[in-house]
Amino acid sequence: MSSDTIHNVTVSMTVNGRGHTVSCQPRKLLSDALREDLHLTGTHVGCEHGACGACTVLVDGAAVRSCLLFAAQMNGADITTVEGMANPDGSLNTVQQAMQDCHGLQCGFCTPGIVVTLTAFLRDHPDPTDHEIRVAISGNLCRCTGYHGIVNAARQAARGEPASSVEAQSSESQSSESQKLESQS
Amino acid sequence: MTTSTTHTTVGRYIGQSVKRREDPRLLTGHGRYVDDVQTPGTLHVAFVRSNYARGEITDLDITEALRVPGVEAIYTGADLNPLCQQFWATMTGPPIELGGETPYPPGSVLAQDDVRYVGDPIAVVIASSRYIAEDAADLVVVDIEPRTPVLGLHEAVASTELVHRELKSNVSAAMPMPTVPQVEALFANAPHVITRTFRGARATNVPMEPRGLIVHYDRYRSEMNIRAATQSVHEIKSFAARLTGLPESHIRAVADDVGGGFGQKMMVLREEAAVIAAGFKLGTAPVKWIEDRRENLMASNQARSEAGELSFAVDDDGHILAVKADFIEEVGAYPPSAGATAALAIGVFPGPYKIPVLIPGCTAVYTNTVGKSAYRGPWALETIFREQMMDHVATEIGMDPIEFRRVNLIGPDDLPYTTATQMVYENITPTETLDQVVEMIDVAAFRDEQARARQDGRLLGLGIAGYVEPSAIAFGVLSSDPAVLSMDVSGKVQVRLGTGSHGHSIETTIAQVIATHLGCDIDDVVVIQGDTATSPVGPGTGGSRTAVVAGGAAQTASIELRDKLVRIAAQLLEANPDDLEVEGGVVSVKGTPQAAISFAQLAMTAHMAPDKLPAGMGPGLEVAARYRPPTAFTWSNATHGCIVEVDPETGIVDIKRYVVSEDCGQMINPMVVEGQIAGGVAQGIGGVLFENMVYDANGNPLATTFLDYLLPSAPEMPDFEYGHVESMSNTLGGYKGMGEGGAIASPPALANAINDALAQRGVAALTEFPFGPSQIIDAINAAG
Repeated sequence: MSSDTIHNVTVSMTVNGRGHTVSCQPRKLLSDALREDLHLTGTHVGCEHGACGACTVLVDGAAVRSCLLFAAQMNGADITTVEGMANPDGSLNTVQQAMQDCHGLQCGFCTPGIVVTLTAFLRDHPDPTDHEIRVAISGNLCRCTGYHGIVNAARQAARGEPASSVEAQSSESQSSESQKLESQS
Repeated sequence: MTTSTTHTTVGRYIGQSVKRREDPRLLTGHGRYVDDVQTPGTLHVAFVRSNYARGEITDLDITEALRVPGVEAIYTGADLNPLCQQFWATMTGPPIELGGETPYPPGSVLAQDDVRYVGDPIAVVIASSRYIAEDAADLVVVDIEPRTPVLGLHEAVASTELVHRELKSNVSAAMPMPTVPQVEALFANAPHVITRTFRGARATNVPMEPRGLIVHYDRYRSEMNIRAATQSVHEIKSFAARLTGLPESHIRAVADDVGGGFGQKMMVLREEAAVIAAGFKLGTAPVKWIEDRRENLMASNQARSEAGELSFAVDDDGHILAVKADFIEEVGAYPPSAGATAALAIGVFPGPYKIPVLIPGCTAVYTNTVGKSAYRGPWALETIFREQMMDHVATEIGMDPIEFRRVNLIGPDDLPYTTATQMVYENITPTETLDQVVEMIDVAAFRDEQARARQDGRLLGLGIAGYVEPSAIAFGVLSSDPAVLSMDVSGKVQVRLGTGSHGHSIETTIAQVIATHLGCDIDDVVVIQGDTATSPVGPGTGGSRTAVVAGGAAQTASIELRDKLVRIAAQLLEANPDDLEVEGGVVSVKGTPQAAISFAQLAMTAHMAPDKLPAGMGPGLEVAARYRPPTAFTWSNATHGCIVEVDPETGIVDIKRYVVSEDCGQMINPMVVEGQIAGGVAQGIGGVLFENMVYDANGNPLATTFLDYLLPSAPEMPDFEYGHVESMSNTLGGYKGMGEGGAIASPPALANAINDALAQRGVAALTEFPFGPSQIIDAINAAG
């Protein structure tokens, strides 16, 4: 179908607490509308087939993949993106702070999806087991961290465990051991 | 032996797990990746690609596509290829026809006349949105007469069909294994000769941010601006200059945040070159291409399609007498150079062991698949195959694999040690890291547990792997890194580096180095990188180099700037420079803290009152430093230990523990070191258990979504356990690079653990990745 035969639709939605009206083609993905029409580029597009989770946003409180939704479906919806996750004073929220404390991010590309997913998960599951944490982020792919720092961040956010990432290990894991060889002679 | 040179002590910042200053922007959605830059008037690119692995283009018709409203231009190979002047990478140097020494595949940005892999770009569609560009791309008519593709490692060598008709052979590089009569005699007389063939699973880097770039050539200014997801802004700038013939000084390349690279964004690949050429031809508006995931999995360069036949001659005490190693690797159609990494792999093959004789051979072959690129530890096959072989040999001669390693390890008394391949290790600690892993795991207790589990029908296994990592490879353009450090009038500093931000925490770690050596608060240091207009020329971020080389440059600059500040302070305080100390941005007289002067006061003097400076000293506070490590390789080392349980019913592998003991010299930031280990290990685990870029018999890639190309996800990953040994390198700062090692040693550690578990049931060891559930069940069934 040639694009000139496609008529735009008008969508009114609340994003991060503010009302927006977007006029776009009905085929436009929510992820693209957020990024291109509202310039909220924190929502990242990593696969466009709902597998990587980088584009996760909250729609009416539920964590969903914005690459699997059309913007046209969002009329009247209340959407929160990663840009709306920080505390009202702009400081990092509990999950974001734990992610920094526990080195839960390196390149940062998957990070918005992780922050949104974990924030929603911990809201609904304030006292998760380690296994529940790992399953909760099983739909968010990260290529940098091996998930270790992310899982530690979720532990800290949920349980208030130590902030220092190197020491922030649960009882199931071992602490680091260190040995200094000042000179080998 | 002793450690040498001017090592620093652990300071206020070096050695501390300082939290990353990159994080607040990335955690709140305020990173600036290439697709986040939205300039009005930008045009968007979609590629028309080949659906065939090999064939003749018999028709290419863009007429209908050009009629789509919003389409600005469609360029084919006939349009762009003639514009392209030179096609080579700075790291590998000019091609032979331009007087260099490096073989390259034929240089073209788009397929023209024929196609050479599925995904081969045929046309560039440029339109007002990506949606429209893709609409139009679908309307481009391409007829291809398919030809039999060249596929398979050994098959490609033997094939009479050619991947590149311009070349005489499918062999891109080769070093045949020599026949040495003395070695043949040694093998003939050895008590044990064990031979195995190992094979890797084709994998791809999968940065979570795919590739992408924006090219804006303004022909009226004769100026090209590039924004790219790249590991090296200077490389893409230099490449664009050579490709287009523009003076390099007319090109600026910027990379703000980059969503991972792992080697795939180190070199300029075909699509990036095509977009540069397209933007150059257009000459007006910015042209943006953001690779989608299907393109990334289908047409971004790949690695690990490699095999190796190893023969070990061993005596009755387990001493390795000699090794033959014959590698073959697939480089696809368009690697960035010859694509061969086996030559480097041979150089580092001895790893942590005393291998007195090594007879190597290697072959690299072009095939009708996407090209090979660097992937975290491009030479990793040497460790991946060698460390599996260590277990196979130990089993054959009836030794415990840890004991067999100990018999052959290079110990402290052997240093400095020169390997059979003439690599010199001055300070490595393979015995210490092995000891630490054995202790952390408690191997004796595990063996008891394993035996008890066997009684219950449960299959537990332990795998060990050691390696020595050739970090901070320092030859050619990689030889050095720059740092330009400047202090402003207020006494704060900026450092400009040739590196980039794609996950390595450089904004934090280099600030730690500078604050420590300059003697100031870390918040007074800003790190600037990723922009050729401000960053001095450097090779970029990759090859486990930044801590060693850029860190050395930053340290050099800091010490030089500090020295100037001290000399100014001595003049103003009327003191001897030797009596002064620097702490927290203040220079004071030792023992007389009230006799002090701040960096701010010194900076005002240097910039605003040059007549007050010591005689002969110039005004200003800038230092341009460049560091070249003393040796071509800075060796780090580690031992990995892994415990798994294999479910004999499902073939699923559960990683119960994963332990790494790492020696990367002086750690700048242990948190960052451990993050690099964890990420690398996860990639290595993926390469054993999940990741497999399969091509069918027609050359079609079968894993072009994340539902087919399986990445490790959180439930499959263990908590990693870290041990550290710190032996100083001979580089400035004592640092050793370690970014790739996690991905290098984890595949054999996991493979050995799985095979140890399977051996509990008498199942023969697997040798070909992946070790997925189906392969494991097949092996169990075959054992009966």
